[in-house]
Amino acid sequence: MEEKPQNGGSFCLGGLVAGVREVHESGRTKEMEWRQAQIRGLIRMLTEEEDAVFDALHEDLGKHRVESFRDEVGNLVKSFRNTLQNLKKWADTPLISFPCNAMVVPEPIGVVLIFSCWNLPLGLALEPLSGALAAGNAVVLKPSELAPSTAAFLAANLPKYLDAKAVKIVQGGPEVGEGLMEHRWDKVLFTGNARVGRIIMTKAAKHLTPVALELGSKCPCIVDRINSKWECQVAVNRIVGAKWSTCAGQACIAIDYILVEEQFAPILIELLVSTLERFFTKPEYMARILNEKHFDRLANLLADHRVASSIVHGGGANRKTLTIEPTILLDPPLDSDIMTEEIFGPLLPIITVKKTEDCLAFLKPKPKPLAIYAFTKDEKLKQRIIAETSSGCVTFNDAIVQYGLDTVPFGGIGASGFGQYHGKYTFELFSHRKAVIKRSLWVEFMFRYPPWDEYRMRMLRRAFRFDYVSLVLGLLGLRQHDFKF
Amino acid sequence: MAARGGVGVEADVAALRAQFAAGRTRGAEFALKNLKKWMKPQKVSASLMTFPSTAMVTAEPLGVVLVISAWNYPFSIAAGNAVVLKPSEVAPATSSLLAELLPQYVDSTCIKVVEGGVAETTALLEQKWDKIFYTGNGKIGRIVMASAAKHLTPVVLELGGKCPVVVDSNVDLHVTAKRIAAGKWGCNNGQACISPDFIITTKSFAPKLLEALGKVLEKFYGDEPLRSSDLSRIVNSNHFNRLKKLMDDENVSDKIVFGGQRDEHQLKIAPTIFMDVPLDSGIMKEEIFGPLLPIITVDKIHESFALINSMTKPLAAYLFTKDSKLQEQYEAGISAGGMLVNDTVVHLTNQYLPFGGVGESGIGAYHGSFSFEAFSHKKAVLVRGFAGEAAARYPPYSTAKLKILRGVLKGNLGSMIQAILGFPRGK
Repeated sequence: MEEKPQNGGSFCLGGLVAGVREVHESGRTKEMEWRQAQIRGLIRMLTEEEDAVFDALHEDLGKHRVESFRDEVGNLVKSFRNTLQNLKKWADTPLISFPCNAMVVPEPIGVVLIFSCWNLPLGLALEPLSGALAAGNAVVLKPSELAPSTAAFLAANLPKYLDAKAVKIVQGGPEVGEGLMEHRWDKVLFTGNARVGRIIMTKAAKHLTPVALELGSKCPCIVDRINSKWECQVAVNRIVGAKWSTCAGQACIAIDYILVEEQFAPILIELLVSTLERFFTKPEYMARILNEKHFDRLANLLADHRVASSIVHGGGANRKTLTIEPTILLDPPLDSDIMTEEIFGPLLPIITVKKTEDCLAFLKPKPKPLAIYAFTKDEKLKQRIIAETSSGCVTFNDAIVQYGLDTVPFGGIGASGFGQYHGKYTFELFSHRKAVIKRSLWVEFMFRYPPWDEYRMRMLRRAFRFDYVSLVLGLLGLRQHDFKF
Repeated sequence: MAARGGVGVEADVAALRAQFAAGRTRGAEFALKNLKKWMKPQKVSASLMTFPSTAMVTAEPLGVVLVISAWNYPFSIAAGNAVVLKPSEVAPATSSLLAELLPQYVDSTCIKVVEGGVAETTALLEQKWDKIFYTGNGKIGRIVMASAAKHLTPVVLELGGKCPVVVDSNVDLHVTAKRIAAGKWGCNNGQACISPDFIITTKSFAPKLLEALGKVLEKFYGDEPLRSSDLSRIVNSNHFNRLKKLMDDENVSDKIVFGGQRDEHQLKIAPTIFMDVPLDSGIMKEEIFGPLLPIITVDKIHESFALINSMTKPLAAYLFTKDSKLQEQYEAGISAGGMLVNDTVVHLTNQYLPFGGVGESGIGAYHGSFSFEAFSHKKAVLVRGFAGEAAARYPPYSTAKLKILRGVLKGNLGSMIQAILGFPRGK
């Protein structure tokens, strides 16, 4: 895909960054009314320009409007409303302790840079943007150039609905991203792959810019034996939805592969196939592969003949239309690329184990994923999964839906990244929690000051132990001796 | 290491032992008392959208953590992880004390002490960690973060800064002077990241403040401060020479209004106050980290804000005033890791407050539950059942489904009921 020409040169970037910083320092972005106005602006934009959004997402990724609404537009508006409702509460200063007046005051972190990814090009840009604005920051957004229609939509519309001096969009390719990282930011949020994540963090280190990295991973889905036919069907509906109806599997929290007991695998495959046929009656119901590069990457995963021979359904691909059929594989070799790299596409390996509990041992040495999914009614197994695995999140009996839940943090751990957002977590991510204590000048403890002696030492010990009684007695000249801790 | 007098060393180690004991117990006891509470999974509301479901956030350890501590307050606390602690080599006595004592009191298979200098630290940084906690200066902080980037390791950096003290005329002068002196010279003789670095006050008030500080210093350290065992020494000759250079700068040396004595043999510098050094002098550009205290005067106290904001954000910002309006303005107008009004340094001891920097003064925070948070991963757990299957989520897509989804995402109860009941039926 053709890269959009960058916004001027590095001089323009310097001017842009300085300009945004100036706006932030003027104090305008800190005002509550300003923050609320930005969020309302975002809601209005998505409501008034909904058709334009659907068109852009269709152009970029072939997404059906219902998918676009479900995963991006609708989810965003809901999230914005939640932010509006709670903003005052999040920004309020909680009184933490007394007797001296102590508080934690959230203040805007300053000027924020957001890099968004191409697969949820609206959601991954606007969700963090709304939180950064809610926290009172000025923001520069660099949307992925690989979803150019959405990037163009944002560049054209955000200035209309938001404070155009405090929110800037910079379009362009990797060199623009690198140019932006030459500057100091108060926080950078990057969504993308680990390779670029490393570059971002290394550049950030030069300025001590704090970063949050939302990276990829292979999200496993454990499927336990489910006896009820109906429940089994529900589980399969959700698996099919999570694998193929979200950007054709090109999502960081899509199910990457399944782990299931070998005896149950054939039943599962049969249900998957029948459900696929029921759901995807028309090709337009599944998004297409982003571009030729990703198409070839996915095709190569299947090129390995050991992998190709494990295909039990699908496998068809059309480079012209950038479509790959929903493909199911049974036990491809664990050392093949399809089982070592993040798939990010409509290929679903099923790995069989002797019994479901074996999944825990299977997952232990693997890099920590963004999400672990498990379809099971076994309470003990659920507890073991929570306690014995590590991941950004764990979702039982569904997949992907945690993305839309504003009350839980969204983010990775280990190889899948660090830093969390969504809901109030976005607000916190882009805030600085300033500790503020106010002391009075008339309560004085002499034992704080030199010259040092045993009396002072004793009194300090008591103070640190919160031993108020001994403290008072000591001040009155009583209780000379203490027990050692 | 320069030779030093016996009394000085004893005082150092004894003071540090006391600090260690007090600090360890305080922080650790607080942690012990509250640990169960912090470890409990937090139930959160699951939205009607995922009905029926329950959601919670549970804290899990990150894994293996590297803690690199600085030399002035060499002890920090971690929770739930396996830890490798690399104490500063600049405080060698403390470093070996820690290496000797810690394994006797904690599980030495999970908590290791590695001593050494640059080479050892570099080697440690090559490894992959689940988190790195570094206390020290910005230069090394950058190196730590760049090394961490290779493994995508999150970091907490507790760095330094020039902690300003704004002193209004509306104060109790004696208490103010005492608290500034205690924070500046009582804490390792100014060698602490949250030591007051410099003072800003009005031209008219400066002489009074100076006089009060002088009186207090005499009380604390006598009239021969270099001989006082209560005055910590400078940690090593490198830092001694660095401070000497700041003092001897030709634009600065003539601004000394109190103190100025030093003893290279003992590595001691007396509390020294300067009046109105040039803002572009070394002593005003770098973090002092020593017993030198510049006083900068302004015409009106509000001018101090612009001066502070022209510098990088400090770890702590202090203000002495009884004027509540000025307090509010300071809090709103200045950004720092933490702020303390009418005292210095003690916010460090409040286990309920996050302690950490912002901007150049650092990334992340700790103390109390914030330490626990810094070294934990908040894992979201969502539990759904099989009921409430919404056909509207899945293809084949239709306008009817879109309608229901719109309603659901709006929180419309009618739509939600329809969705849960499986409308549109038969698709």
